[in-house]
Amino acid sequence: MNRREVLKMTTIIGLMAANGLITSAQANEWEKQAFEGKSLDDVIKAFGGAGTEKSAAINFTAPDIAENGAVVPLVISTTLKASQIAIIVEKNPTALSGIFYFPEGAEPFVSTRVKMAQTSNVLALVKAEQKWYLASKEVKVTLGGCGG
Amino acid sequence: MADPMRVRAAEVNGLVDVKVLMKHDMETGQRKDAAGKVIPAWFITNLVAKVGAKEVFKAQFGTAISKDPFLNFKVKGPKKGDEITITWFDSKGETRTDRALIA
Repeated sequence: MNRREVLKMTTIIGLMAANGLITSAQANEWEKQAFEGKSLDDVIKAFGGAGTEKSAAINFTAPDIAENGAVVPLVISTTLKASQIAIIVEKNPTALSGIFYFPEGAEPFVSTRVKMAQTSNVLALVKAEQKWYLASKEVKVTLGGCGG
Repeated sequence: MADPMRVRAAEVNGLVDVKVLMKHDMETGQRKDAAGKVIPAWFITNLVAKVGAKEVFKAQFGTAISKDPFLNFKVKGPKKGDEITITWFDSKGETRTDRALIA
C-alpha cells in the first residue's frame, strides 16, 4: 500500500467514524414502531411493556371540550418516580402523540399541545420503575385537527 | 434554515421552568392540497435540552403534536445565569438549536 492509498483509507475510516459519531451524538432514535401503533396495546407492546395500571398519582389536565382539535393543551405531572411520560389520543390515526424523557433527578412534568381528529379519550402514560401507569380523560372535539 | 425558537427559562426555588415555542408546520401526511394530492409528512421527531454537556430533558414527537409546537418542562439543578440549549431534529434531517440564559 503506498502513501496515497493509506491516506484514502484513513479518510474513509474517518468519515465512517464521523458519521457514527454524529448519529450517537444526536441520539436521534425515534420509536417508529410505537409511533405507528393504532392503539394503547400496540404502543405498550412497542415499548416492551406488559400492560398498564390506572394511577391516582398522575395529575392530568386536559380541557373537557376542545373547540379547535388542532390545538389541545395538555398538562401532565406525577408524584411517581417517572423516567418517561407518553401521550396517547385513542381515536387519532396514529395513537401516540409524543414521548418525554426525564433523566435522573428531573421533575416529571410536561405541558404541550396536541392535535385531535375527533372526540376521544386522551391517555397520560407514565413509566416508573419499569411499569406503565395511566390516567385518562375524555376530550370532546367540535372541530377536528388532522384532516383538510 | 429553520426559523428560530423562542426559549424562556426562569429559576424559582431551585426549579427551572423552561418554555419553548418552536416554529414548524408539523405536517401529518394526512392533509391534501387543493389538487387533492397528499402533502407528505414533515415534522419534528426529536428534541433535546442541555445545560452544559448534561442532557436535562428529551422528547420524541409524532405527527399529532400541534403545529408550531409548544413545550413546557421543569429542570432541577441549574442556576440563574446558566445557559440552556434546545435542539430539535425533523423528519427531513433539518435541525435548529437555540439558547437562553436562565433568569
